[in-house]
Amino acid sequence: MDPLQIAKMVEEKFAGQVLDTATYAGQVAIMLKKEMIRDICRYLKDEPSLKMDLLSDLTAVDFSTYPNDTGLRFEVVYNLISTEYHHRIRLKVRVPEEDPRIDTVSLIWQTANWHERETFDLMGITFDGHPDLRRILLPEDWEGHPLRKEYPLKGY
Amino acid sequence: MSVTETPEKKIVQKDITLNMGPQHPSTHGVLRLVLDLQGETVVGVDPRLGYLHRGIEKWMESRTYHQIIPMTDRLDYISCMCNNLGYVVAVEKLAGITVPERAQVLRTLAAELTRISSHLIWVGTSAVDIGAMTVLLYAAREREFILDLLEMATGARLTVSYARIGGVRNDVPRDFLEKCREFTELFPKRLEEYDTLIRENRIWLKRTVGIGVMTAEKAINYGLTGASLRGSGVNYDLRKVEPYAAYDQVDFDVPLGKNGDVYDRYLVRINEMRQSNRIIKQCLDLLKPGPVVTADPRYAIPEKMYVMKSMESLAHQFVLMSKWVPMPKGEVYVATEGSKGELGFYIVSDGSGRPYRIKIRAPSYVNLSALPAMATGHMLSDMVACIGTIDIVLGECDR
Repeated sequence: MDPLQIAKMVEEKFAGQVLDTATYAGQVAIMLKKEMIRDICRYLKDEPSLKMDLLSDLTAVDFSTYPNDTGLRFEVVYNLISTEYHHRIRLKVRVPEEDPRIDTVSLIWQTANWHERETFDLMGITFDGHPDLRRILLPEDWEGHPLRKEYPLKGY
Repeated sequence: MSVTETPEKKIVQKDITLNMGPQHPSTHGVLRLVLDLQGETVVGVDPRLGYLHRGIEKWMESRTYHQIIPMTDRLDYISCMCNNLGYVVAVEKLAGITVPERAQVLRTLAAELTRISSHLIWVGTSAVDIGAMTVLLYAAREREFILDLLEMATGARLTVSYARIGGVRNDVPRDFLEKCREFTELFPKRLEEYDTLIRENRIWLKRTVGIGVMTAEKAINYGLTGASLRGSGVNYDLRKVEPYAAYDQVDFDVPLGKNGDVYDRYLVRINEMRQSNRIIKQCLDLLKPGPVVTADPRYAIPEKMYVMKSMESLAHQFVLMSKWVPMPKGEVYVATEGSKGELGFYIVSDGSGRPYRIKIRAPSYVNLSALPAMATGHMLSDMVACIGTIDIVLGECDR
């Protein structure tokens, strides 16, 4: 299925949640609001014509030093695949700096568990409802979130 | 905890928490596992990562797109060309660069050589973990041949950094093609030799059949990709589904398993080596004379002889090496079939010569998250077999 069609289906089913659909190099990214992200993900996984059963990647980007960026500071990015129909889509959700929280999708895709742990560890985004949110790559007593733009490359 | 009363004394049983520390011969690198054991049976596995975390993603934000290429070697340091290829394919998609035909075929050839090399290390080390020690030395013999071939073509045995944005580093010497052809003639017979060592061995079958079973649905839900997924019968190989480099011009099969246990994944990887050999043979026939660097003047690094003679080439080479040319603003997520699974690069570009954010989707990291699901309920020695079958490389896992 053409990714733009998937974006249209999401837009029709969840009216008002889709902020923008962007295309670059043949890849489609849907910018969403964070309130219903869990329902949207469940719809994308369960809908028979979409069947996005593999969460390929879940990560976050810190836009604080991006030139001419007007949105909220953090963007959580979901890359989804369907192993049956071989189509891909990207979901993007912005979360604010003062309250970087978003619902977990680890109950929908088990693989999200470790991806969300790493995003929490390196970027500091909290995932509500995650069964075991603790640091994974850095030691448990590390302070700070290194992938944020203000963290120096060589550490403190 | 249970208490058994006998006439002599009370026997108390309880779980034991055991640390399978970062230094351990069977964990394939610096992997720490905190195990909850009931006697010999594993009831809980908690992998603790980060012993090889080098902050590569943060480091990449301060380097130009060209300078990042040698670092991608150090991700999955057993199959370096696959990582290089995955990265440059992502950058080329971001900037819209076309790669000449000869470079595509050379890249495919080198990637398949490193895939065979990686699977040889896998079969050797995971057989040694289970106890079949002969396989390791036999596999190392073929791997030496491959490393010699890579040294002939690229100058380095392991961390080749062969791919460049827009092509490859250099064309291959003439005797490389003859030696490579000799390898493809030799390899199937040798592979059969060490496959027959264990494929129908009673002990191997007892140690691997029915161990670490992942059904197809569970495997997809856990994000498994690569041979770990194909062992459960899911036909998903990125070389076929989203072809890149020269994979759409070569003919090969995708081996699949049935039960999703350790034995099926073993068969899948052995057959993948046979298919890789087939691809290399076809690549050697596909090679036609031509340039190995893109014709796009913005991104092509000029040849040294022009750099020494022409002012424009000198200036362009200086700009490319010091700060790279501005790339278009945008973001891409490009996934290629690494030797362990889906290796993805998510690149966000802010319009300068340095990436704003790169996320490396490492297959070993995701595949390792399925270890608790695979190993719980088995015995400790079966858990070692499960770690081997997932085929992790800690460099990629921790980044």
